Amino acid sequence: MSESQKVIEIEVLRYLPESDAAPHSEIYKVPFSDDMSVLQGAQYIKDNLDGSLTFRWSCRMAICGSCGMMINGIPKLSCETFLRDYYPNRISIEALANFPIEKDLVTDLSGFIEKLEAIQPYIIPKEPRTLEQGEYLQTPEQFNAYIQFTSCINCTLCYAACPQVGLNPDFIGPAAIALAHRYNMDSRDGGTAQRMELLASEDGVYNCSAVGYCSEVCPKHVDPGNAVNINKIEAAKDYFLRFLSPKGGSK
Amino acid sequence: MSKRKPYVRSMDGWWKKNPYYVEYMIHEGTALFVAAYAITLLVGLVRLGQGEAAWNGWLEALKSPLSLVCHVAFLVAIAYHAFTWFKLFPLTMPPIMVGGKRLEPGVVVGSGWTAAIVAALALLGLVWRIAA
Amino acid sequence: MKTRKRSNAPIFWGLFGAGGMLAGLFGPMLVFITGIAVPLGLLLPKDTMSYAKMLAFAQNFVGKAFIFAVIAFMLWHAGHRIFHSLHELGIHGGFFGKLICYGGPLLATVISAVVLLGLGF
Repeated sequence: MSESQKVIEIEVLRYLPESDAAPHSEIYKVPFSDDMSVLQGAQYIKDNLDGSLTFRWSCRMAICGSCGMMINGIPKLSCETFLRDYYPNRISIEALANFPIEKDLVTDLSGFIEKLEAIQPYIIPKEPRTLEQGEYLQTPEQFNAYIQFTSCINCTLCYAACPQVGLNPDFIGPAAIALAHRYNMDSRDGGTAQRMELLASEDGVYNCSAVGYCSEVCPKHVDPGNAVNINKIEAAKDYFLRFLSPKGGSK
Repeated sequence: MSKRKPYVRSMDGWWKKNPYYVEYMIHEGTALFVAAYAITLLVGLVRLGQGEAAWNGWLEALKSPLSLVCHVAFLVAIAYHAFTWFKLFPLTMPPIMVGGKRLEPGVVVGSGWTAAIVAALALLGLVWRIAA
Repeated sequence: MKTRKRSNAPIFWGLFGAGGMLAGLFGPMLVFITGIAVPLGLLLPKDTMSYAKMLAFAQNFVGKAFIFAVIAFMLWHAGHRIFHSLHELGIHGGFFGKLICYGGPLLATVISAVVLLGLGF
């Protein structure tokens, strides 16, 4: 380590379920270079200062969606957030908000996975189709209707940004609703009515109060907040028009 | 036996933790002023129904310094409501397609604000014409 | 699988939206006219809100509809928002909260309708 080596303080919210009743902060001094991400800062701590520090990561290039954390209180992917932008101030990192903490920076994602499964994130064909009928054809307009919502990487930053998720853990939440919308908007899909049961339910879209921070923090510009709000209108149509043309499945 | 013990953090004071949330709570808070103004109008309507003397009493009450201060506060808060209401349109409204392209968020917000200004001026013009 | 109840929110969300839109389009100018310009005698003719003029306005079908919409929808808008804000602040109003935030607007809606119909056409 040279004399001119810059050192940044990283404050980590630690939680060790086997020994801790509640999380506590620990501060680590991390030497860094200008090309180091916050994720690399965490890796430095794990490799050199405290091997028990636990966090998720994989691709290091903002596509696997596993390294999200609260960085100075803001949900971000730690692989594309750089230590140099915070130096010389101390940087604080914490597990993504609104999720239970499994250990240190690792959140319990089981609730999120259940929500993803619940919206049936796959094409439900309108009618059976044989191989002889060939592939589905889609016009550029039909493609553009849903392509934006396919960019989600399940990083859950939007859940950490959504106070309604924190206040009601049963709320289906931004990413899952954006994915439901992605399939609803797909011309090959016929599952809208089935998904409506969930979107129009008490766990559905009306939990959203249009804070809009989910779309702000989304690293892939999916705009999940818009998907949620479009479906408030769809669910309202379904609510009022169901007596005229029943299609929704909600009880 | 599982050693898992997921820790759920408190939501107390969540809205103070980020300027984005503070602004959200402020624009949600404009509802208090909308309610107060709507109740003021409701009282006026009831007084109108009670006859000329009651109505004139309500008009007199509107001239009190307290009422004027309150209405300046209503004006500021409800104008802020209008500002934020249309600012959220790119979030709350379905995309508007023009010639196969999605209208830019800035254009959507600008149209909303323009509509609000036009509606306000139209209202003023209409009231003036009825009164004159 | 979990059975989920259909939310009745569309009714209250719709009323919230209608009131928010009315307040956004006409709210600031209405406050200026009724609460500032007329009481101070600014800009508008002195008798803009005289008994005769307001009575005529409230007896006109369009005037009636406008007064009713502004009062009722703005209160439904405000009640819905306040109920949610209380929940967000950790005050879960329950029955009492609903009574104030939704019962209040309902009462105001009924009063407005009764007074406006009573004023005749």
